[in-house]
Formats: sequence, structure tokens, C-alpha cells
Amino acid sequence: MTLHPQLAALLQKGPVLTDGAWGTELQKRGLAPGQPPEAWNLTHPDEVLAVGRAYVEAGSRVLLTNTFGANRIRLAEAGLADQVQILNRRGVELSRQAAGAGLAVFASIGPTGKLLVAGEVTPEQVRSAFEEQAAALAEAGADGLVVETMTSLEEARLALSAAKSTGLPVVVCMVFDSGRARDRTLMGETPETVARALEAAGADVLGANCGQGIEGFVDLCRRFRAVTSLPLWMKPNAGLPEWVDGRPCYTTAPEAFATHALELRAAGADFLGGCCGTNPEFIRALGRALGLS
Amino acid sequence: MENLDRLRDAILNGDADAARTLTEQALAAGVDPMRLVNEYMIPAMAETGRRFECNEFFVPELLIAARAMKAALSLVRPLLAASGIPPVARVVLGTVRGDLHDIGKNLVGAMLEGNGFEVIDLGVNVPPERFVETAREKGARIVAMSALLTTTMPAMRTTIELLEASGLRPAVKVLVGGAPVTQRFATEIGADGYNDNAVGAVAEARRVLAA
Repeated sequence: MTLHPQLAALLQKGPVLTDGAWGTELQKRGLAPGQPPEAWNLTHPDEVLAVGRAYVEAGSRVLLTNTFGANRIRLAEAGLADQVQILNRRGVELSRQAAGAGLAVFASIGPTGKLLVAGEVTPEQVRSAFEEQAAALAEAGADGLVVETMTSLEEARLALSAAKSTGLPVVVCMVFDSGRARDRTLMGETPETVARALEAAGADVLGANCGQGIEGFVDLCRRFRAVTSLPLWMKPNAGLPEWVDGRPCYTTAPEAFATHALELRAAGADFLGGCCGTNPEFIRALGRALGLS
Repeated sequence: MENLDRLRDAILNGDADAARTLTEQALAAGVDPMRLVNEYMIPAMAETGRRFECNEFFVPELLIAARAMKAALSLVRPLLAASGIPPVARVVLGTVRGDLHDIGKNLVGAMLEGNGFEVIDLGVNVPPERFVETAREKGARIVAMSALLTTTMPAMRTTIELLEASGLRPAVKVLVGGAPVTQRFATEIGADGYNDNAVGAVAEARRVLAA
């Protein structure tokens, strides 16, 4: 399988810095718990833009979008099901504005938050929600799509197939936080199973995000690399949250996070960034550690 | 009775139809409902837990086993109730205020029900007052709270404080869980039990009731 030309261009100069967390950054700027972050694309566009700009200044070459939960099923929980189009479109526009010319905007597609295996939603509902979101993101001018934080291969496949129908390059990454060694998805799938299935289903880039700190990602990445030659995408959390001064917070420091960057790169990671608890300082530290800045 | 081993296997394999049919047959044949529960159904669920711990079972297998168990239990429970045997305990379950995530909460609910608990599921974004009022009205012995966001975890503490102010503690036990929740956090806010998975949540529920 040949590399998507746009990905080939990105990877020409070695590893590519992606971005860090959006939700927690927006919360620092006043987003209330329980409020869908995507609503801010309309109500607080300057704050969303500021988060994007901070990542661009920190060295991100692929900027994601504030559209993680902007699928119909998830937005319906917050009474926003009628805003799928506009929230996705504004999300892409704001990241494009932050990225300027020359940087790639890859739009985020997160899970529905419902369990297919428990019959909470049907595959048809999930497929149609992802198709609607992917089409809105593509029409708004995204350079690629990132199906992320998936906990079941079945849902990841439905999202991938919806994303592929736009013709854009598609990244798919899943959460590995289950099992004794924290090397399984919630549904028990291994990195090998996930890599083979998603490559066969047409993913352009594969990987892992969220779920655990960067230490655990090195082995996950190695296992992906052993079974696929596709580019790999890795976005670990800033460790697991600890309780400090009466509030939970992520305590891994940017420098400590970045000390594992070379190991992760050596294990085969092509796109590197962070998930929950990471911020622009983590991206800056990653860039320094990888000699990219 | 060879038939009854098949009931255990039906639950373990998540075959709800077979579990229901075999339970009906056993009851019709005059098998003591309590014996069905204690010797076949509960051991089946214990085995699912063991397989989960060994990474042989994951969420899909747990869910279908719990569903089969629930189907079998629904036939037995009225008989047990008629002979004055109550469910293990009543649990008020919900995702805390400000948090709309329900996957973890639903898994815990399914596993608790599959293990004979009566679960009152309040859904997501549940205010502390609602946990407390429901626990009081329904005579629950456990309040179980879930959170997926670090920003909503403090609502667990608020709910425990309100339970205390309402005089329901320490009789009503509190369990907490969710991806960012840790044992240290659970201890700090005064929760009675914590685990990082739904099988462990059932064990914790049993432990805090026995304590």
C-alpha cells in the first residue's frame, strides 16, 4: 500500500510533532465541567483559537481540531444534535486560522460514548453519525481526519469507513488501558489485532492515544511496528492524575514526558504528541528532545 | 443433575436463551431456587470474574454473561422474594454532576445486577442531592459514583459530604470509580471502596457490606 502523498510530504523530514490536549486547555480558560468543549467553537471562538495558536507556537506541525465529541450521538446528550454541521465546520476553520499556511489541520473524530456490544446504539446509527461528521469536516477543508480514543475495534472500523469515504488520509488510534499489562482495548483487543484489522480496513496511519502515560506507549508502539509498515501515531497522557491540594491533576512534567520521546521514536513512532493533561509545554519539550526545534 | 451444569455453562458463555430455558426446566422439576443461585449461577459469575482477572475475558464476554445471569435471575428472584430472601443489596448508581460519560457506569451496573444486586441507575450528570435523596427513599446500602473527568471528580467528595450531613453515613457505603479515579483519591475523599474495573467493583461492593 502506498503512502498517501500528503503524509509522505509531512514525514519527509523525519518525525512530526502533533498537538496536546484541547479539553483540559479549554477548561483552564473557563469551560465548565460537563459542558461540551465543541460548543465553544461558536460561543468562545477566541479561546479555541488561542489553544490552537499556542500549539502552533510550541512547534506542532499537525494541528487537530476542537471537534472530538461533535458527532450526533454525543452532541444529543447535551441537546446540541442540531449543531453537528456548524460545530464541525467552525472547528476546522478555527484550527486552520491558528495553523496558517503550511501546517496541516487534521480533524478529530472521537467515539460516540455508547457501547455497541451492549446494544446501546446500532452499527447503523454509529455509521451514520460518523459519516455526517466526517463529511462536515471534509467540506470545511480539513487536510486529514483522526479517528481517536476508540475503545472498540468495531466502532473504530465504522468511523474509519466513514472517514475514508471523504478521500482524505485517515489516522486511527485506540486506547490501550485494559488487561494486566494495560496492553488491551476495553474490548480486549491487542495492538497486533488492531493494527492488522485497521490496516486491512484502509487506515493510512495507526496508533494509540490516551489511557496511560508515555512509559507504557513504548512497548505498544514496538508491537504495532512489528506488524505494520504504516506510519504510527502516538499521543500518551501526562501520566495518570494524582490528588494535589484538594484537586486532581496530572503530575508528569513536560521534561519528564519528553525523556521518553527518543525511545518512542526508536520504537517506530512517526507522529508524536500528547493526550489528557498535556499542554503546549509538552509539545515544546518533545520538539527539543527529538531535535526538531 | 447434569442439566444444571449446563446452566452454569450457559451463563458463562453468555447464552441468555439457554440460561432462561434451563432455569425454567430446573424450577419446574422442583429444584430449590436458592440452590440454583448458590451452586450454579453465582459460581458461573465468579468464574467470569476469574477469567477477566486472567485476561481470558474482557468487556464483551462479561456483558453477555451478565445478561444471561440477569435473565436466569429474573425467573428466580420472585420465588426468593416470596420466601423472604431479599436481593444482595440495593445500590444507587450514577455518573456525577457535570459528567456525561456512562460506559463505565453501565458496565458496573450490569456486573452488579448479574451478581444479584438491585441497581437503581440514576444516569449521568447526577447532582449530589439526587444521590442522597434516592439512597434515603429506597433504603440503599451503597451509593456508587462514576466520573471520567478530573474536573468532575470533586463532585464525588461533595456527594460524600452531603451523605454525611444527611446522617446516612456510615450506614450507606460509598464506592467510586472511573478512568482518572485512584485508590489514593478514594481514600482522601472518604469513600469506602474503589476499583479500576467492573469485576473489582462487585468484589468491593461485597467487601464494604461485610465490613
